[in-house]
Amino acid sequence: MKPHRLTFAFQLTVTLLACAFLMVPAGASILAGFTVNYFRGVSSGLTLKWIGEVLALYSDTIALSIAIALGTLGVTLLIGVPAAWALARRPSRLTRLVEEVVTLPVAIPGLALALALILAYGGIREFRMSPLFILTGHVLYTLPFMLRAVMAVLAAVDVRTLEEGAASLGASPLQRFFHVVVPNARGGILAGALMVVTLSIGEFNLTWMLHTPLTKTLPVGLADSYASMRLEIASAYTLVFFVMIVPLLVALQLFGRTVQGAAR
Amino acid sequence: MHSADRLARLFLLPLFLFVAAFFLLPMVRLVGVAGSGPNGLAEYLAILTNPRHLATLLATLALSAAVTAATLAIGTVVALFLARNRFVGRPLLVSLLTLPLAFPGVVVGFMVILLAGRQGLLSSLSMGLGMGRWVFAYSMAGLFAGYVYFSLPRVLVTLMAAVEKLDPALEEAARSLGASRAQVMRDVTLPGIAPALMASGAIAFATAMGAFGTAFTLATRIDVLAMTIYTEFTLNANFATAAALSIALGLITWMVLALTRNFAGSGVAAAG
Repeated sequence: MKPHRLTFAFQLTVTLLACAFLMVPAGASILAGFTVNYFRGVSSGLTLKWIGEVLALYSDTIALSIAIALGTLGVTLLIGVPAAWALARRPSRLTRLVEEVVTLPVAIPGLALALALILAYGGIREFRMSPLFILTGHVLYTLPFMLRAVMAVLAAVDVRTLEEGAASLGASPLQRFFHVVVPNARGGILAGALMVVTLSIGEFNLTWMLHTPLTKTLPVGLADSYASMRLEIASAYTLVFFVMIVPLLVALQLFGRTVQGAAR
Repeated sequence: MHSADRLARLFLLPLFLFVAAFFLLPMVRLVGVAGSGPNGLAEYLAILTNPRHLATLLATLALSAAVTAATLAIGTVVALFLARNRFVGRPLLVSLLTLPLAFPGVVVGFMVILLAGRQGLLSSLSMGLGMGRWVFAYSMAGLFAGYVYFSLPRVLVTLMAAVEKLDPALEEAARSLGASRAQVMRDVTLPGIAPALMASGAIAFATAMGAFGTAFTLATRIDVLAMTIYTEFTLNANFATAAALSIALGLITWMVLALTRNFAGSGVAAAG
């Protein structure tokens, strides 16, 4: 159906306004990160000084965020991939219930999860003060995404038939898992991994409650800089975050498309 | 398959242990702490009985409803436009519109400050036009803008997929039977994407209810549930109230998501 001319003009206007609403502040932030004085505008000159200051002030938060994201990825792979196979193998009411409980942390605000973790384990000082406390929160929040991604692919490629074939050739369950299940679930594992890392690097709701002065992640540092630093430094710091997160997002979108295409 | 069953059980064990230790047990503790304050078990209902908390709850619900309505309205128009038109630069436009998917709430708060804060773009624009100074970032309006910013890309991804799946022949048939464009929109197109509207609306609503980063960046003076929980816990050390309010908040977001998922599920089943 060809849209009416007026409808077309209206839709086009709304689309362009929405795009401007999303992109203009992001552009302003990138520009401000390179501007000598944002209040006076670009005419005050361009500089890399703010980026340098951010790296000097906050590089420890960047390193910690990367370390926690990789740690979270490791744990979600270790726990999530085998469990996804076990759950997808024979869907029943019980496996549905397990899936439901495991995915609950996504439906509950991070603030509530963090409070519960602090009330339960805040008294154990070594744990509370270590980055492992944040890592635990991140695993809790990202594990459902890994599980779902892997389970979706396992359901799509009919891995059970492949497994039966391997079993009839004498492969043990463990051999089948590593040589049949994992290779066939590759797409889901990769999509889940990208999702886990992206979410972990940007996580704030849980992390703000779980962090200590010695365990600050990038988003925690960002909140700090928004509250206490000049706009140019806050912008340069945001730019560093963009540089880390945007490639992950692009990979996720490209990859998500091929995984969905393969599943169809 | 006997040994495979044993392996499956072994593989589920780490998941069970992790969820039991770091989710179920902390949740039990949260419920326990909420009921052990000076008000005893009455604290569970503090969100309804304490006038200040009730007002905050109502304000948060109103804000979330407004965010959901605005995001769905904008999202539907944009999704219809992008799915029905092919033009140069369309892939770029789609990429730009979905790029903010990965921005956390704190960063979205900063975007709102750059747009409508004291040194913001709207501030200098309105000053330049001699229309006074527009600064609304640090208020409920700023939070509204922030949550729309946060949810719009997510809603768009879901709605665009739903519109692409709609069979254009249905709309053409309705037109050829004499339905007006408005009727086609009301009776064919919108019902067709209703499951996607429900699902993405629920996520936008639950996010606006529970999100914390954007409110934290914009100001601590905005009375929304997440800020109240944070202040009660960290500044007032009022653990029982903070725990009781988080339980209420968690129940609301979980219920909204569970209910609409069931609706959306049956909608999809009925369509298929």
